[in-house]
Amino acid sequence: MTDSPFASAESAKHALRTMWKTRRFEEAVDDLFARGLMHGTMHLSIGQEASATGACMALRDDDAITSTHRGHGHCIGKGADLVRMMAELLAKETGYCRGRGGSMHIADVDTGNLGANGIVAGGIPIAAGAALAFQLRGEDRVVACFFGDGATNEGAFHEAANLAAIWKLPVIFICENNKYGMSFSTEKAFAIEHIAQRAAGYGFPGVTVDGNAVGEVYDAVAEAVARARSGEGPTLVEAVTYRWKGHSKSDKNLYRSKDEIAQWRSKDPIGRFEHDVEQRGLLTADEIAQVRSEALEAVRSAVLEANSAPDADPADLLDAVFAKA
Amino acid sequence: MTQRTITYAEAVREAIGQAMEADDRVFMLGEDIGVYGGAFGVSGDLYHRFGPERIRDTPISELGIVGAAVGAALAGMRPIVEIQFSDFTNQAMDQIVNQAAKIHFMLGGAANVPMVLRAPLGSGTGAAAQHSQSLEAWFAHVPGLKVVMPATAEDAKGLLLAAIDDPNPVIVLEHKLLYRTSGPVSEEAFRTPLGVSAVRREGADLTIVATGVMVSRALEAAETLTQQGIDVSVIDPRTLTPLDMNPILDDVSRTGRALLVQEAPGHVGFTAELAARIAESPTLYRLLAPIRRVSGLDIPIPYAPQLERSAVPQVEGIVHAAEQLMKESF
Repeated sequence: MTDSPFASAESAKHALRTMWKTRRFEEAVDDLFARGLMHGTMHLSIGQEASATGACMALRDDDAITSTHRGHGHCIGKGADLVRMMAELLAKETGYCRGRGGSMHIADVDTGNLGANGIVAGGIPIAAGAALAFQLRGEDRVVACFFGDGATNEGAFHEAANLAAIWKLPVIFICENNKYGMSFSTEKAFAIEHIAQRAAGYGFPGVTVDGNAVGEVYDAVAEAVARARSGEGPTLVEAVTYRWKGHSKSDKNLYRSKDEIAQWRSKDPIGRFEHDVEQRGLLTADEIAQVRSEALEAVRSAVLEANSAPDADPADLLDAVFAKA
Repeated sequence: MTQRTITYAEAVREAIGQAMEADDRVFMLGEDIGVYGGAFGVSGDLYHRFGPERIRDTPISELGIVGAAVGAALAGMRPIVEIQFSDFTNQAMDQIVNQAAKIHFMLGGAANVPMVLRAPLGSGTGAAAQHSQSLEAWFAHVPGLKVVMPATAEDAKGLLLAAIDDPNPVIVLEHKLLYRTSGPVSEEAFRTPLGVSAVRREGADLTIVATGVMVSRALEAAETLTQQGIDVSVIDPRTLTPLDMNPILDDVSRTGRALLVQEAPGHVGFTAELAARIAESPTLYRLLAPIRRVSGLDIPIPYAPQLERSAVPQVEGIVHAAEQLMKESF
């Protein structure tokens, strides 16, 4: 667990570095894809970096997360290696999944990332189960479960929320409400004002925060983590944010206006945090520039290193289906 | 090993109890498995022996509890989920098929899901179409799932203990008509390896391969056929995945006749796979008659007892098919 992004120059740098690494990673991926150098599909979280970063900063190293198809930020927030992530997306043997999973299935068990998930809401019951394992063993670890607004209309969300509630499981449900489930807006998909209200139906607290304010996300998740760790059960934290890019590569943005996108771009979570830390005197403009260039360099070298790795090897695919005893 | 005669349900319970005594990571979750003792009485007194944490009653929430088992397994536990009727796995298919089955492969081997999902399958209880299916072929068709169908009390225990040890998701389909049947079962916590077919009976003329409750029906049919001078082998694959074909191919090569029996509808069923494997092997050249299948009708299981009985293979149907197979031989 790190202190609040605003607690010290060190934690401010950590938050800024994590957000910039996430953004530069995804910009690199977007660029590689556009140039035909990366295949498959991926879902970018550009514009949403504060929610992943703020939430992960409220966790200890031995806490776990479950992630989503839009999970690069969660991975990086939890401390994943950019080289292995990029290698996976570039279909390399050295990737996190040895080229078997791609962007939607990166896991890093060593850093507590139990996996991204290609099925909307698929990770939510899994998070409850991992929390149950911690509870059964008497460990004070928690699970942060990331999902989007769309997932909360899946049965899996409701079943997992109820199990977590009745068993007081140490899980924090983090709904990154980016306003659209692919093309379907939250205005159309919900008859309630805030998704966080859904928590009331299961008997645990729900809170809505500005998902583009990394400090607000941190504070809400830190409070939820404290509740979970002390045996009081789950919390639903709704972080309201916005994805600047399309849902995936096929998106032509027919369902939203340029004005709307421009408005949200003006609420850039990274620019806003840079402004705030400079105003508060936590970081100087030079220090901020330094963090930016470090992040860019880290992503550049990740692309170079990953590119030079061997391609994923089909030789032992049949042996990879089952784990050996 | 000391053996005594106990029921199939008792054998399952004994396996769970012994696994839980030996390993703190093992726990069970499911609907009404606590004080109630399980819809089919399988968990019985386990709740009183191990308490509500490890014999964990759940709400009616199949997707949630199977998902919780996947997560607990990923986090180092060894969960055993009981789904009250195998038909209800349909409520949990995402977690079974998209999650449990694929995680190890999809994550490049970085994690595995050592969980067991037990569920009663099959017809014969008058519970009609949504409580009587045999869906084993669905699971066997998904890479990443092991599929077990114990046909005896001894196997119900030994295969379950092996399934609990296995580092992969294992679907154990227990036939509900078998729960009250009895047989000799060793007291020790023995393992019956997954992927070893059992030759239940050896004969010279014809090989029957049968699964689940059809194994005992095939053995009964074999007795009748013996009286007619037809000497029959009965082989029980025991696990659909992994599938041990060698004893089947060897036996069919010897008898020259294959009769494949399953309770599930025949269309695209497990015995179609067996037939294909036989046809793809040199055993094909040893056949004295075309391969024959006896399967459930391609219909939902009906309610009325006479309708239900006619929907799935009975002993007389297996006998008749064997007789036909002998007549067709050149």
